[in-house]
Amino acid sequence: MPDPETPPHAGARIGVAPPGATAMPRAPVPHGIRPMPEGPPPAPRRQSFDWRAALVPTLISAVSIVVVFGALGWLVTSAEQWPRIRLQFFNWDHMVASAPRVIKGFWTNLQVWLIVLACIAVWALVLAVIRSLRSPVFAPFRIMVVVYIDVFRGLPALLLVILFGFGIPALQIPGLPNSGLFWGGVAMVLSYSAYVCEIYRSGIEAVHEGQRAAARALGLSEWQTLIYCVLPQALRNVLPALMNIVVALQKDVALLSVIGVRDAVREAQIYTATTFNYSPLIVAAGLFLLATIPMARLADWVNRRDRERRLQITG
Amino acid sequence: MAAITIRGLTKYFGQTLVLDRVDLDVAAQEVVCLIGASGSGKSTLLRCINRLVEPDHGAIALDGVPVDDPRFGRTGLQKRIAIVFQSYNLFPHMRVIDNITLAPRRVHGDSRRAAEERAREALALFGMQDFANAYPEQLSGGQQQRVAIVRALMTRPDVLLLDEVTAALDPELVGEVLRIIASLRDRGITMVIVTHEMGFARAVADRVCFLHGGRILEDGPPEALFSTPQHERTQAFLERIVESGRL
Repeated sequence: MPDPETPPHAGARIGVAPPGATAMPRAPVPHGIRPMPEGPPPAPRRQSFDWRAALVPTLISAVSIVVVFGALGWLVTSAEQWPRIRLQFFNWDHMVASAPRVIKGFWTNLQVWLIVLACIAVWALVLAVIRSLRSPVFAPFRIMVVVYIDVFRGLPALLLVILFGFGIPALQIPGLPNSGLFWGGVAMVLSYSAYVCEIYRSGIEAVHEGQRAAARALGLSEWQTLIYCVLPQALRNVLPALMNIVVALQKDVALLSVIGVRDAVREAQIYTATTFNYSPLIVAAGLFLLATIPMARLADWVNRRDRERRLQITG
Repeated sequence: MAAITIRGLTKYFGQTLVLDRVDLDVAAQEVVCLIGASGSGKSTLLRCINRLVEPDHGAIALDGVPVDDPRFGRTGLQKRIAIVFQSYNLFPHMRVIDNITLAPRRVHGDSRRAAEERAREALALFGMQDFANAYPEQLSGGQQQRVAIVRALMTRPDVLLLDEVTAALDPELVGEVLRIIASLRDRGITMVIVTHEMGFARAVADRVCFLHGGRILEDGPPEALFSTPQHERTQAFLERIVESGRL
């Protein structure tokens, strides 16, 4: 037993061998304070972009790009069927003629996308919160949410859109809107919310149990714990996954064209039906890409920022 | 000033017995350290006191009032008993000042101005006034711990529970925590401290309890318990501690 007089943390025991330990035989090692010269060596010079060194590689890659893509282009356009393909899909006159209607239709896509997105974000959060409430009082509501997710995640969105968009307006129920667009939108919200609810929930469950314990120990109610402690952290956890859904939804809005909503795809189809030329669909495709590719880049950026935050390589 | 009375406290996690009929009296202003190997039930005992863990049998009373008494209301107990966790559990998405004022504002109904004023005073007391707008992850372990202590003290509790707060600290910071705890004791706060640092326990504790297999096997003043342990398990435990150089 140690001497009770020894003050704790006085450093008295530093380097003291534990009882019973015998020293190993070692060669003598010199002991001394090392002299340090004044000032450390200079920091490495800041790298500036060297145009001259970059010139040759840039030229080589430019030539390589021109050669490869030129060859591919020549291969495609020299094919025997190319004139027919160009006439059917890339007919400039038809593209220009149909563009105003397709663009007008695409504006509908964007509007529906934004409204449906907002509804999904809220409704899915409500579902996720209900599902993660732990009090036994909420058991029936938890079961309802589980059934909801099983049903709506298991059904094709297309089926729901047709069922709601054609079926409900046909009932002519007084007091309910009869627009196919409205009910198609509802179907999209119901279907997507099942997925987004699960994303939210995974984010909620990823919040460390100690955070809940800390909130409870401070006297926060279950509801306050959720609002102030768990949800903000959960949302930050799942932001990258949610960005994916945002991109996917942007193009899935086109499903509404099957119930007669005059979106970009529908408008293009109408044009195609009278002219037997598919160029308007290429216009619509271009518009979708124009919208989704920046969204995908934004999602990448959110992902990268999130990764940097997690690894704490900021600042 | 508050005294804690624990009688016959028993807790199972599933089929595993974690606490076995624990009796413990902590007098007002007393500092009690709980020591023992990992899994001996120290942390669970601590968490039962502020009802983070509900015991299966037994009773805990604060000044003679059972901790599950409805008179405490929903937040009365948390106002009087505060806890600092081993990993501090600060909210990473909130600035230091928001971490500290969350409970005063949302639970105890203080205005933002009043709560922040008090928080800044408390931070200054711990030399942390310059970090009010920092996020927890920007702070060092020792700084985070001081924020966690300030957060716990904002409701002016009578009892402070400390769960292995020195475990994640650099050795040179342990002395600083020691000073903080001594100053809290001078303010009249009753403390129950779980610790692995025997030197720390010896310095702050009025009484040390050795736990093994969910029981308090031996308790006494630190000098006596560390120099002349009576139970053979206490002796064996302290022997191992000495061998690893942590006394």
